Amino acid sequence: MRAQIEGSQAVAEAVVLCRPEVIAAYPISPQTHIVERLSRMVKGGEVGRCQYLNVESEFGALSVLIGASAAGARTYTATTSQGLLFMAEAVYNAAGLGLPIVMTIANRAVGAPINIWNDHSDSMALRDAGWIQLYAETCQEAADLHLQAFRLAEELSCPVMVCMDGYILTHAYEPIDLPDQSEVDSFLPPFSPVQVLDPSDPISIGAMVGPEAFTEVKYLAHRQHLRALTLVPDIADSFEQQFHRESGGLYRAYRMTDADTVIIALGSVIGTIKDTVDELRDEGIAIGCLKVGCYRPFPAMQLRAVLESVTRVIVVEKDLAVGIGGIVSADVRMALNGLPIPVHTVIAGLGGRSISAESLKHMVRDARAERLSEPYFLDLNMRVVDEELARRQEERQAGPLAEQLIRAVKAIGTKVV
Amino acid sequence: MNDKPFAITLDPNSSLANHTGNWRTMRPVYVDRLPPCNHACPAGENIQAWLYLAEEKNYEAAWRRLMEDNPMPAIHGRVCYHPCETACNRGQLDQSVSIRAVERFLGDLAIKEGWRVPCAPSTGRKVLIVGAGPSGLSAAYHLTRMGHRVTIHEASDKVGGMMRYGIPSYRLPRDVVDAEVGRMEAMGVTIRLNTKVEDLDAAIQEGGFHATFLAVGAHLARRIDIPGFDAKRLLDAATFLRSMESDSPIKIGRRLAVYGGGNTAIDVARTAERLGVEPVIIYRRDEAHAPSFKEEVAEARDEGVQFQWLRSLAKGADRTLTLEVMELDEHGKPKPTGRFETIEADTVVLALGQKADTAFLRNVTGARLRDDGTVEVDEQMMTGHPGLFAGGDMVPGEQSVSMATGHGKLAARHIDAYLRGARYVRPHGHALATFDRLNTWYYTDAEQSKQPLLTLARRRGSFEEMVGALDQDTALLEARRCLSCGNCFECDNCYAVCPDNAVIKLGAGNRFAINYDYCKGCGLCAEECPCGAIDMVKEVK
Amino acid sequence: MTTQRIKFYQTGTYTAGNRLLDDEARTVQSRPDRTNSLNSGHRACQGCGEALGARYAIDAAMRAAHKRLIAINATGCLEVFSSPYPESAWQIPWMHSLFGNAPAVASGVAAALRAKGHDDVKVVAQGGDGATVDIGFGCLSGMFERNDEVLYICYDNEAYMNTGIQRSGATPPFARTNTTQAVGEAPGNLLGTGKNVPRIAMAHGIPYVATASVADLHDLEAKVATAMGMKGARYIHIHVPCPLGWGSDPAHTMKVARMAVESGLFPLFEARAGRVVDRTKIRRKVSVERYLELQTRFKHLFEPCRNDEAIAAIQAIADEHVATYGLLESEGL
Repeated sequence: MRAQIEGSQAVAEAVVLCRPEVIAAYPISPQTHIVERLSRMVKGGEVGRCQYLNVESEFGALSVLIGASAAGARTYTATTSQGLLFMAEAVYNAAGLGLPIVMTIANRAVGAPINIWNDHSDSMALRDAGWIQLYAETCQEAADLHLQAFRLAEELSCPVMVCMDGYILTHAYEPIDLPDQSEVDSFLPPFSPVQVLDPSDPISIGAMVGPEAFTEVKYLAHRQHLRALTLVPDIADSFEQQFHRESGGLYRAYRMTDADTVIIALGSVIGTIKDTVDELRDEGIAIGCLKVGCYRPFPAMQLRAVLESVTRVIVVEKDLAVGIGGIVSADVRMALNGLPIPVHTVIAGLGGRSISAESLKHMVRDARAERLSEPYFLDLNMRVVDEELARRQEERQAGPLAEQLIRAVKAIGTKVV
Repeated sequence: MNDKPFAITLDPNSSLANHTGNWRTMRPVYVDRLPPCNHACPAGENIQAWLYLAEEKNYEAAWRRLMEDNPMPAIHGRVCYHPCETACNRGQLDQSVSIRAVERFLGDLAIKEGWRVPCAPSTGRKVLIVGAGPSGLSAAYHLTRMGHRVTIHEASDKVGGMMRYGIPSYRLPRDVVDAEVGRMEAMGVTIRLNTKVEDLDAAIQEGGFHATFLAVGAHLARRIDIPGFDAKRLLDAATFLRSMESDSPIKIGRRLAVYGGGNTAIDVARTAERLGVEPVIIYRRDEAHAPSFKEEVAEARDEGVQFQWLRSLAKGADRTLTLEVMELDEHGKPKPTGRFETIEADTVVLALGQKADTAFLRNVTGARLRDDGTVEVDEQMMTGHPGLFAGGDMVPGEQSVSMATGHGKLAARHIDAYLRGARYVRPHGHALATFDRLNTWYYTDAEQSKQPLLTLARRRGSFEEMVGALDQDTALLEARRCLSCGNCFECDNCYAVCPDNAVIKLGAGNRFAINYDYCKGCGLCAEECPCGAIDMVKEVK
Repeated sequence: MTTQRIKFYQTGTYTAGNRLLDDEARTVQSRPDRTNSLNSGHRACQGCGEALGARYAIDAAMRAAHKRLIAINATGCLEVFSSPYPESAWQIPWMHSLFGNAPAVASGVAAALRAKGHDDVKVVAQGGDGATVDIGFGCLSGMFERNDEVLYICYDNEAYMNTGIQRSGATPPFARTNTTQAVGEAPGNLLGTGKNVPRIAMAHGIPYVATASVADLHDLEAKVATAMGMKGARYIHIHVPCPLGWGSDPAHTMKVARMAVESGLFPLFEARAGRVVDRTKIRRKVSVERYLELQTRFKHLFEPCRNDEAIAAIQAIADEHVATYGLLESEGL
C-alpha cells in the first residue's frame, strides 16, 4: 500500500507489521511521533496482545525490553540523543546478554548545549556497544529497515539500532510503500529465542564473568557481530526479492564507475550528495558516492574492495570526535590501510545545520585541489570563531562558550541587518 | 545448552560443584545432652524421652518408655516429690513442666487401658526379694522383665510398704497401689504376704534362690518419752498411719499434738484433720527451717492444721502438754529459752523419723550393719554376703519412694549381671543440658497447667483423693511445654536457618545431618537450636 | 501480622517447623520438598542474612506460584555470590541485568508473559537496599505507579556491602560505614538522613507493601504468600543482617535481626493500598542497646566513652515506631 505519510508514521506502521509483543518508550523529540502512533495502535487493539509501557526514563524503557526479550517477546523502542545516552548502560547490557531488541534512533545532537536537531552524535557515541547499527537514507528505507532489523536481530541474537535522521526523516512526508501483513509474515518468521526465562527449563542469565573468560565472551560477541556482514546483504537481497525494491545492505554505491573521488556518508544526507554528484558529473568531474548502510559491524573489507581503485575519499560525517575529528573517517582509513588513498574528514550538519549542494561542491573542489583542511568543518563560520577567540585572548574571560558564541552571532546578525 | 551464550548463561544448580565446606574453621555437631529432669530423677527415668512421645499423643509408647525405668507411674505421679520439676529448665523461663502430673496421667491411663509389659524368656534363675515396698517391687518388676523368677516375702498382710503404711490414702488411693502391684503379679511376680523373714539362709535354701534382694524398708519409729504424759496416748507416726489401713484405727480423741516438722508430721496432722480431730504440729524450729515441703504446709494450714513453731515438748500432764519456746542460733539450730507454754492434747503422735529393722541380718555372714540399723552395700548394691543385695530405706542415704524405686531398678541390673556371672557397669552419661545452652525465644509462652484440688469442704471427713488428674488435653498441653533440653525434637530450625542449605533433613524421627561439603561453619544452626542439641567444635583439617 | 500463632503447640509457633504441627502450619523452610531456589555452593559470607532472606522469600514465592516463577536480580551481593561463572546457585529461571534496573526488567518480563498469555507465571524482582532505595529507585517507582505485575523484594542490609560497606539511603543513623566513618564531630551516619522506602512505596497506593525480617520466618513467609496471591505491584522490604558490614558474629544473624524487631527499630507491618492494616507485635521488648551492642558498626557509641545522646536518639526512633505502628498494643490497629 502506497501512501503519503510522515516518516515516523511509516516506521510505526512497519514496526506494527513486525508483530511486536512488548514496546516501552519514553518521549523525546524527535522520536515522539513514532511512539505516539505505536501507543495508539496498541491501545486501539491493532497490535494483538502487544503491551505498551509508558516508562519513567529511557533507561527504564530499554530495561523493560531486556526483561521482555529474555522472556521471549519481540521487543521495540525508539529514542534519541540524551535519551540514548541515559540508557547507555542498558544499551551495553542488552548487547552483552544477546537480546534481539530493535530500537529506532531518531538521530539528534547531544548537548550541552541542548539541541533537538539532527546529527549523528548520539548513535555514534554508542557505536561500540555491541549493537548492529543500520542507517536509513529515506523514509521508505527507514520503514523497510525495521522489517530487516527484526529478522537480523533474531537470527543473530543481537540487538539492532535503526538510525534515521531526526526531523529530516522522522517528520518528512513522502509517498511510502507499506507491505501487507501476510507479506511481512512470510519475510519475518515468529521470534524463536535461543534462550528464554522459562519455569519449565530454568537457566541463569547474566552471570558475573571474571578475567578467566571475559575476553572469550567478548571475542565470541565480536565473531557473532561479524556474521552480520554476510547476513545484512542476504536479508537485503531477500527483501528485494520479496518486496521488489532496494533497501538496506552493507553499503550502496552511486555513480562509482571510473570515479576518482568518492564521498562517503551515512543517512539522509546521501540524497543531497547524490544530487551534488550528479551536478559535478555534469561538470565532468569523475565522482561518485557511497552510502554506508551498516555501520556496525563495519564492512571494512567490502568498502576496501569497492574503493581500492579511487584517488581520494571524502567522508562527510554528522558527528565530531572532539579532540581528534572524524569517527567514520577513522574507520574508512582503517579499511583502506596501506592503500595510497587519502581520506578526508568533513564534519557537517552538526546540530541540524543544513548541508547544501553548494557547500558540498566547494568541498569537492577544495579536496581535488588538495586545499581541504583536516578535519574540515563544512560551512564553519570562521568570523564568529575568530572573534570569540580574539575576545578570549583579550579578556581572558571565562564563561560558557555557547553563550558567548550566541551573543557574538546575534551581534553580527544585528550589524549585518 | 549448546545454544546458550557462553559464560553469561549458566545451568541451574551448577554451584553444587563449589564445595564451600573448605571455608570452615568450626564444625557443627549434633549432640544429645542429659536433660536436668532426667538427671534429677531418683528413679532414673528418661523423662524427656517419654514426654517426647506423650507430646505426639502416643501415650502408650510414652508409658512404655516410662515403664523401662519405673513400674509404678500412677503411684509416682502422685507421691514423688518431683526433683525433676525442681531441676526443670523451664522453671527459669516461666514455670517448670508438671512432669509428675503427666506421669500420673499416663499411669492412670495404663491402668484404665490394662496395658501390660512383656517379659524376656525365662532364664531359670530365681530371686528372693524381702519386702514388697517400692524398692522390692521395683526390683521384682525389672528382674521379672529380664526373665528371672521372683518371689517376694512380705511381712505385712498387704503389699506396698510405706506406699501403703506411710502415705495417707487421700494422697495415694489404695486402688492405685493395688492396680500397679497387680500388674506386676500378672507378669509373674509371686508375692507371699504375712511372710516375715526371720531366718534368711533358711528362706533362701527353701526356695532355691540364686540371689536375694533385701528391701525391708525402715519401719521402726524413733521415739522419745514425754515425762508425765500417759504412754498409751503417746503414739508414733508409723503406728498411727499403719492403723489407718486396718479395720480398727486407733482412737486419738479430739485434740492431737503431732511432734515433728517433716512430711510425715504433716501427713499425720492432715489425716487427723480428716478424722474430725483438731491437730496441732509442734516443731522445734521455724517454718522456714522445717524439712517438710512448703506446699504441704500450706495445704495443711488451709485444711485447718495448727502450727506451733519454735516449740519443744518439755513435759506432759493429764491432757496438757508443756512446750518450751525455742529460738534459733545463727546456724539455724534451736536453743531453749526457758520460757514455757501449755496446750491441751488428748494424744501425741511422734513424727521423728524411722529406721530399718535389720536385726535378722545380724547372723548373716558378711553383712555389715551401721548403728542406725542400715546395712552397708557396695557399688553393686551387694552386701558383704555374696548374692545378697539390699536397697531402699534400709541402706544409707535419702529415704523416699522414688529413691527406693530407683534402688530397685539398679539392684535388678546388678542382680541380673550377677546371675549371668557378669558385672553391670553404668553407661557413660551425656553432659548436662544446662539452661544457658537453650535459645528460649522459640518456645511459645505457656503457663503451667494446674491440677484441680479437692475443695476444702470435701477434704474434711473424707479420704477422697485430694489432687485431681489432668484431663487428656491438659496433659498433652503440659507435655508439650517440655523444652526437650539437649535433645533434638525436630523443630526444623537448623534446617531452616542454614544460609548454605547444608543441613539435611532425614525425615520424621530421623533428625538431621550436616552436609559438610557445603557447611561454612557459621554457627547459626547451633545458635538458633532451641534445645542446645548442636555443638560447634574446632575443625581439624 | 495475619499469621495465627498457634498456642496449643508449645514449640511450633516460633520454630521453623515441628513434627507436631499440622502440615499447613509449618514453614516452607521446614519442608523436605522446599525448592532451595538458592542452592548450596553459593559464595555468600558465613552467616549471610541476605542469602537466608533470599531463600526464604523465593522458596515461599515458589510455593505460592506452584513453581511457575521467574526472578530478576539487581547487581549486588546476592547476584555476585550466587552467579559467578561457571556456577549458578539458582534453581529457578533467573536473570541479572544491571544495578539500577531490576524493577524495569521485571516489568518487561511481566509484560512479555502477558503478551504471550502466560498468566500462570509470576515475576519477582529482588535487590539489595542500594539497588532499591538508591540507584534503582526511579525504575522501582515507575514499576509501582504502573502497577505492574511484579513482587519486588528488597533485602535491606543497610549499606553497599558488595562494594565494601559504603553508606546507602537505607543506612541507619550513627552507623559506621566506610563512607560514614566513626570520625569527626558526628561520627557515623548522620542523624536525620536516609529514606523510608516502604512508606514511599505505600504513597504509590500499590496493592501491598510489607516489611519482614529473617528473624521471623513465619511472618516473612506469610507476607510473601499474601503478596503472591495479589495482583499488581507489590513490595516487601526484608531486614537482613550482614555480619561483615555490621560487624556482628555470623552465628548472631538471627539474633541481631530479632533484636531489631524486638527493640522496635525495624517495625514489621503490612499495608494495603497505601494504608497500614496490620503489624507484628513486639513479643519481648528490649532496649535498642541490646541490638546496637551486637554490632561493631555502632561500637563508637559505647567506646571509648558512651554516647548517651546518640543512643537516646536511636531509642527515640524505636519508640516512635512502637507508637506509630502500635507494636506493643494488644488490640488490632
